[in-house]
Amino acid sequence: MQRRQFLMALAAGYGLLPGSAAAVDFAPVLAGRRLVFPDDFGAHPNFRTEWWYATGWLKRQDGRPLGFQITFFRVRTGIGENSASRFAPSQLMLAHAAIADPQLGRLRHGERAARVSFGHAGFTLGRSEVWIGDWRLAQQGDRYQTSVRGEDFAYDLAMQTTAPPLLNGLDGFSTKASDPRHASYYYSRPQLAVSGSVSLDGRAEAVTGQAWLDHEWSSELLPEGAQGWDWVGINLRDGSALMAFRLRDTSGNKQWAAASLRSTGKIDQIYKPDAVDFSPLRRWRSPRTGIDYPVAWRLKIGDREFELNPLFDDQELDSRRSVGTVYWEGAIGVSENAKPLGEGYLELAGYGEKIKVG
Amino acid sequence: MTLAPVFLGSLGRRRMATLFSLVAIVLGVALGMAVQAIHEAALNEFGRGVRVLAGESDLRVVGPASGFDETLYEQILQHPEIAHATPIVEVEAKLAGHEQPLRVLGIDIFTLARVAPRLLPQSQDKSDRFATLAEQSLFLSQAAQQAYGVKLGDELSVQDGSRALKLRIAGDLPGLADGQRLAVMDIASAQTAFGRIGKLTRIDLIVAKSSSPESLRRSLQGSLPAGVLLEAPEAASEQSGNLSRAYRVNLSMLAAIALLTGAFLVFSAQALSVVRRRSEFAFLRALGLDRATLIRWLLAEGALVGLIGGVIGVALGYGLAWAALQLLGGDLGAGYFSGLQPQLEFKPGLTALYVMLGLLAGLAGAAVPARQAADIAPAQALKSAGDPLMIRSQRRPWAGLLALALSLAACFIPPLAGLPLGGYAAIAFLLAGSILLLPAAAHRLTQPLAERGASVAWRLAAARLVSAPGYAVVAAAGVLTSVALAVAMAIMVASFRESVDEWLGQLLPADLYLRAGRAQSSAYLGADLQAAIARTPGIKHLEFTRHDQLRLGEGRAPVALIARPLPADGSNLPLVGQPQFSTLPALWISEAMADQFGWQPGKVVALPLGGVAREFHVNGVWRDYSRQTGALMIDLAVYRKLTGDLRVNDAAITVDDPASSEQVASRLLALAAGDTLEVARPGEIRQISLRIFDRTFAVTYLLEAVAIVIGLAGVAASFASLAATRRKEFGMLRHLGVSRTQIGAMLALEGGLVASIGVLGGLLAGGGIGLILIEVVNRQSFHWSMDLHVPWGALLLFAGSLVTLAGLAAVLAGRQAMRQGAVLAVREDW
Repeated sequence: MQRRQFLMALAAGYGLLPGSAAAVDFAPVLAGRRLVFPDDFGAHPNFRTEWWYATGWLKRQDGRPLGFQITFFRVRTGIGENSASRFAPSQLMLAHAAIADPQLGRLRHGERAARVSFGHAGFTLGRSEVWIGDWRLAQQGDRYQTSVRGEDFAYDLAMQTTAPPLLNGLDGFSTKASDPRHASYYYSRPQLAVSGSVSLDGRAEAVTGQAWLDHEWSSELLPEGAQGWDWVGINLRDGSALMAFRLRDTSGNKQWAAASLRSTGKIDQIYKPDAVDFSPLRRWRSPRTGIDYPVAWRLKIGDREFELNPLFDDQELDSRRSVGTVYWEGAIGVSENAKPLGEGYLELAGYGEKIKVG
Repeated sequence: MTLAPVFLGSLGRRRMATLFSLVAIVLGVALGMAVQAIHEAALNEFGRGVRVLAGESDLRVVGPASGFDETLYEQILQHPEIAHATPIVEVEAKLAGHEQPLRVLGIDIFTLARVAPRLLPQSQDKSDRFATLAEQSLFLSQAAQQAYGVKLGDELSVQDGSRALKLRIAGDLPGLADGQRLAVMDIASAQTAFGRIGKLTRIDLIVAKSSSPESLRRSLQGSLPAGVLLEAPEAASEQSGNLSRAYRVNLSMLAAIALLTGAFLVFSAQALSVVRRRSEFAFLRALGLDRATLIRWLLAEGALVGLIGGVIGVALGYGLAWAALQLLGGDLGAGYFSGLQPQLEFKPGLTALYVMLGLLAGLAGAAVPARQAADIAPAQALKSAGDPLMIRSQRRPWAGLLALALSLAACFIPPLAGLPLGGYAAIAFLLAGSILLLPAAAHRLTQPLAERGASVAWRLAAARLVSAPGYAVVAAAGVLTSVALAVAMAIMVASFRESVDEWLGQLLPADLYLRAGRAQSSAYLGADLQAAIARTPGIKHLEFTRHDQLRLGEGRAPVALIARPLPADGSNLPLVGQPQFSTLPALWISEAMADQFGWQPGKVVALPLGGVAREFHVNGVWRDYSRQTGALMIDLAVYRKLTGDLRVNDAAITVDDPASSEQVASRLLALAAGDTLEVARPGEIRQISLRIFDRTFAVTYLLEAVAIVIGLAGVAASFASLAATRRKEFGMLRHLGVSRTQIGAMLALEGGLVASIGVLGGLLAGGGIGLILIEVVNRQSFHWSMDLHVPWGALLLFAGSLVTLAGLAAVLAGRQAMRQGAVLAVREDW
């Protein structure tokens, strides 16, 4: 019980909520700062919060699909920055990972949290490298390597880049509200070619697939009144890629939205809030939490219209016992005019009643 | 059932005797039950605490109380056989204005959540997302909040060295059991607040599924620094249980003796009652009651007394336990479980056991008289009342002497599982031997009186006792047992108290003692403060002492390390035996070290100081009454050279002019802000120590009183039951012209003589038992020696009063019988 409450408080500390009175100055997110690589692949410990978010579809030996997800959060707490103790909790690392297995019909899930100390958990500057114990996501040249060990699953995956980063928003400056204070630096690595192995209940097998990596950092992300968000990242089969999100207010209406579309042979297109529209097609109610999630969507980006359908309905991530939130994070298929176009991941946050994170 | 009024009803007809037997059994059962219930409660509470603190962990890395280098954590994290590890900094925090330190655990919530989730703190302010990590925030258990009279949101002033530090009570520990006083704070804050940067005191481990605790022990133990070791989480519970076990068993033995006395009283009452009912039984036998049924009914009489005694006893026992827990705490004031608030629990099994013990005592007491009653030939019994008591007193001293020899031999049995079982056997044999020798001794002692007695009453009384009749032996044996018990306790406690007093004098030669708090707490005197103390005017001589606790081996309780300036010959220590010298650094060990580790002067041993094993030569053994698990003393300069630790815990100060010692004291107190420093005078320390001593022995004082009451009750019961059977004799004497007064005097003398014989035997046996308690039981249980001190005055006063009271009891008992007319009494026989 107390464990849950403690981590509830901590979960809010992903830095997504407004109004924390820490005594330190977090670095501000300013328009006009250009992202510089490889430096910006690495961590930005002066900012309050930062994450690396990899999702993707895997193909098993017999051709059946699996979804996977791994997220590392870095949080600057503002506590103990001048402490002489090596245990000072000034930087925390939090992670959660899941495998979406249609055979099982629900997610396999695991999580980790640690203070950055004693090499047990940490991050690297200048390249993407984050870890907690034996969980790791590390960039080596054009490859990302990730390892995760959960209770009933584990995976070791290599993700090869095939294209330069997709800069979301204004050259990576991604606003979350009309007030530009609420913004992040945000780039995506779509169309990652995956190979590696997944182990389910101790049985390992080789897999291949496509993945998507987001890297985003900020000091003041969500505006007042934001109840949650919907996000989607899709690798299209023709090599294109689509990212779209919208923020919802307490009545469930669009508060802000944005999208990025990379089409082969074209300049990346960035869409403004009024050009992005999410409308639910079908809802699924979780038997465990009673929360209603819109698991199928019609997504309008400019003049294009996509339909999103889940790999299976129950991809609810119940992490109330650890990070304290319940949300839906799942593998989806995408079609346009009833024609399958690609695969991706959908995140539905803030549909529960008392969810603090979004 | 038709015979029930005949037999069980007889208990009601001899109310006094029944009552005394009952009281003795009640007391025995109650004391045993209380001791057991209290300890069960304390151990349970302690064990529950240990389990919560240990959580899921399989093993823990432990070291000296001052901690070990935190880089070990890095090494542990990389060990492939370890699934989870959580680092802990444990501090006994000195709170300004509180004597009892607060146990504070500096924890890492992230790793702790896997290992011991019930220890996780809960923040009061739910909106502050990092409240549990915040600096200078303390999370206090309910029991600790109550104990220190604070609530959430308050500030608590803790001490690091002599510096007061305000910590905010930011939340509580909802996962903790009731009654556990504990505080938790973030490990980084704890390291900073208590000057423990770079140090850990514990790492709790969960072993990887692919490995096992045994395998991990094998692969890890070798690579740990000296003085750091792996132990099972239950070890703390076991060590504490072992530590208090000897104390508990010793108290239980005293209860057992009370119970034995109860059985003895049942025996004496039954024996006499059987004699009085000889004709009754003869009639019953003649009417066809078979022997076995008679025995069963007589046993049932004893059993009924035992059962009632047992039931009342356990009820009283729980009452006593409850009162003792309220007043003295779970260790009866002995200091084994401080910081606990044990809850009394009803234990059906244990309760049944103690009721059974009461029942057994009653049965055992009734067994011999029942057999004797059944052996009576009905025809003969119907005709004559015969000897008042059928017990054949043995004048052959061989059995008694053999028991004494066995007693001596049992003294040399080493402790078994830390318990002085040989000592208990020796006491039992000594007591048995003394009782067996009693008839012969009674004969020898009364013979001269019978021959050379001055008055009629003297000669009559002595003559009656020369033959050492059964009733006299029974009464004297009762007196002997209770006197022996009381005398033995008195000698042991007096010797102990005197020795402690002398020891305190030797250990506290200075005028003033300055400290910032208890030895193992977060309080200490830093280098600056030491310099300031040294500069204080009016000081002639100054000595600093540093305390730590070392781990010397797996499964061993921590051992105290004391570093202070020591002369080469150890002349300022309360030494036992001859010291030996060498060129190696000197180590002086307490008796407990010598007993438990087998170290002796001349041995070279390795002590883990600052993570490195250092060689020391055991120079000598000193007496230590305060640390049962053992204490090591080394020179402060050597300690500082080997560890680099310049902090100290106390300063012993001799002043220039004794008249100005109070001025010096106030100057010293002014050296640190607030009231973080304490000055104590040897007189105060002595007073406090002796008060604690007396509190610890409060239970034994109670037992002494019980023993005396039981002894007197024995005499009174014997004579009361006897008086009736002697009506014929009194009648005869009156018929012969002996006056009523003379018979009264005769009875008083008889009572006095019987009591004197018992008291004399009791004094001798008690002296012997006292010696066994001092040299065997105490030495083996608590590992300390003491000098013999016999409280002669008190013993003489006690013996005299007992003899007088016994005489009085005999007269009162006889008066009843004398009231009858002489003729009537004589005629009764016909």
